Amino acid sequence: MTDFLQLIVSGTATGACYALAALGFTLLWQASGTINFALGEMVMLPAFIMLFFIGPAGLPLPLAFAATLVVSLIILGAGFKRLVVDPMIRHGVIPLVIATLGLSIALKQTVRIVYSAQVYTFPSIFSETLLSLGGAKLSVSDVGTVVIAGGLVLALQAFLNGTLTGRAMQAVAQNRDAAVVLGINAERMVLYAFLVNAGLAATTALLVTPVYLAKFDMGDTLGLKAFYAAIIGGFNNSRGALLGGILVGVLENLVGAYISPGYKEGVALLLFLGVILFKPEGLLGKAEERKV
Amino acid sequence: MMRFLLIAAAVIAIYFLPAGLKNYGIYIVTLWSVYVIAGMGLNLTVGYAGQISLGQAAFWGIGAYTTAIALKAGLPFLAALPLAALLCFGVGLLLGFPALRVQHHYLAFATLGFNILVYLVLRNEDWLTGGSFGINNIAEPTLLGWRISRPLDFFQFTWIATVAMGVLMALLLRSPWGRAFAALRDNPIRAESVGIDTTFYTLLAFAIGAAYAGVAGAFFACLVGFIEPAPFGVNTSLSMLLMVIAGGSGRFFGPAIGAMIVVLIPEWLRFAAEWYLAIFGVMIVVMMVWLPGGILSLPERLRGAK
Repeated sequence: MTDFLQLIVSGTATGACYALAALGFTLLWQASGTINFALGEMVMLPAFIMLFFIGPAGLPLPLAFAATLVVSLIILGAGFKRLVVDPMIRHGVIPLVIATLGLSIALKQTVRIVYSAQVYTFPSIFSETLLSLGGAKLSVSDVGTVVIAGGLVLALQAFLNGTLTGRAMQAVAQNRDAAVVLGINAERMVLYAFLVNAGLAATTALLVTPVYLAKFDMGDTLGLKAFYAAIIGGFNNSRGALLGGILVGVLENLVGAYISPGYKEGVALLLFLGVILFKPEGLLGKAEERKV
Repeated sequence: MMRFLLIAAAVIAIYFLPAGLKNYGIYIVTLWSVYVIAGMGLNLTVGYAGQISLGQAAFWGIGAYTTAIALKAGLPFLAALPLAALLCFGVGLLLGFPALRVQHHYLAFATLGFNILVYLVLRNEDWLTGGSFGINNIAEPTLLGWRISRPLDFFQFTWIATVAMGVLMALLLRSPWGRAFAALRDNPIRAESVGIDTTFYTLLAFAIGAAYAGVAGAFFACLVGFIEPAPFGVNTSLSMLLMVIAGGSGRFFGPAIGAMIVVLIPEWLRFAAEWYLAIFGVMIVVMMVWLPGGILSLPERLRGAK
């Protein structure tokens, strides 16, 4: 029973990280119709940038994170939008999918060459102590990860629903032309979505790398889980991403422990297929009208 | 007519060309031919039906393992081949059905996950697939008692099959079915309103595409003689998709050109040693920015630029 509880908590922590990445993915899709297959690499890259700031540059972790955040916003947010997405978006989804796949290969391989294929340990922002709860030992880092990630998701939702800028971003996502007529600067709103995505990715890197360890291909599984989490929870609902992420994280842990560790990675796919069979708009999503 | 003669000349030239090559060269050309089969199938899904599939390598793997296991069980190649194709067709229907019922880009994720699942099955189910050790000593195919063992003979056999699959694809595309595929890519809602069952045709295109991968897998298993899970991972699916897009998706000869890029460019980039994959990735991004329609759209692009 205590094992079970520990599996649930650590699964929730992993799932919360999936949710953070998933949220960025959903935002980009809504704001600009971009399906970003380099999502996992956008978490991997900040992890290595942070390692650089900690190691050779000698900064303490909080400063290193702040510096990484700035670099991520510039390169993975604005740069990604200007250099890759903007020139291609008018050609439709497929060329952009291929281009982000190419970007993912390029980023991964460059990191592999610079840092080699080695696995790097990564400092955690949490202490290593264990909390005792009714006989079960819970790690502070798991609990802290859930709190931070959950808090960020809720904060982002409050921003999108409660502020003028947030509502303008939603308006652009729903109907760009109408939003422009109302005087909203659509380009700027789309840029915000890219910046938020980059920020979320950098935060995910901070939370997930101590557990996943920094490696050039760490983004592969992470990116895929984030896509599934987004679809399982519901594409047009930010709490959906949180629910989807946690479901995937917890079920993976349970399947890995009780059924077969070899098929842990298949859980997200089966959950995804089940959801699109029976509730295609996602667990918390609303069905969307089709545009003619 | 002129076009037909040109194609016929190219087909015959390719049939005899590798005779002057060493074994490694023949292997590369045969690999290209195998990729062309898988690419033609993917082109049907991506280029003609307008779906993104990231799981072609999974079907390729299913075809290869089916063939290897059937040959081990003593079946002749000509029985294993249709078995591989049919199995992939069936699995394609099962996978495509839920994914295509909803929004179309979901197929991309469903196939991506499916590819990972297939990879896990290949690696974990030792009793069937030999796990990470794979299956070795796959028999050379025999045709009516003739054992195809020389690399050149095997290439020519593969090439004949590739051309036959190409002719089949051309006939399919000219049939009313093929026209329906194009209609639903260009404007799915309009196609639906003139009475085309879009889901049915998309599903069919995807499943036929999967069957082509199965055929390619059967030839691949015999080409390499030893299969293990690694070549059937997601990365190969990405290369296959890349090959279709780079050649020119929705163009009949796109996969043939694209397969050349995917098979040959890594060979040429060997001088760049460990940098070659990174360069490859950047090349893809640059090409998509500058030439989203693929290599075969280059003439139009140049004309348009004037």
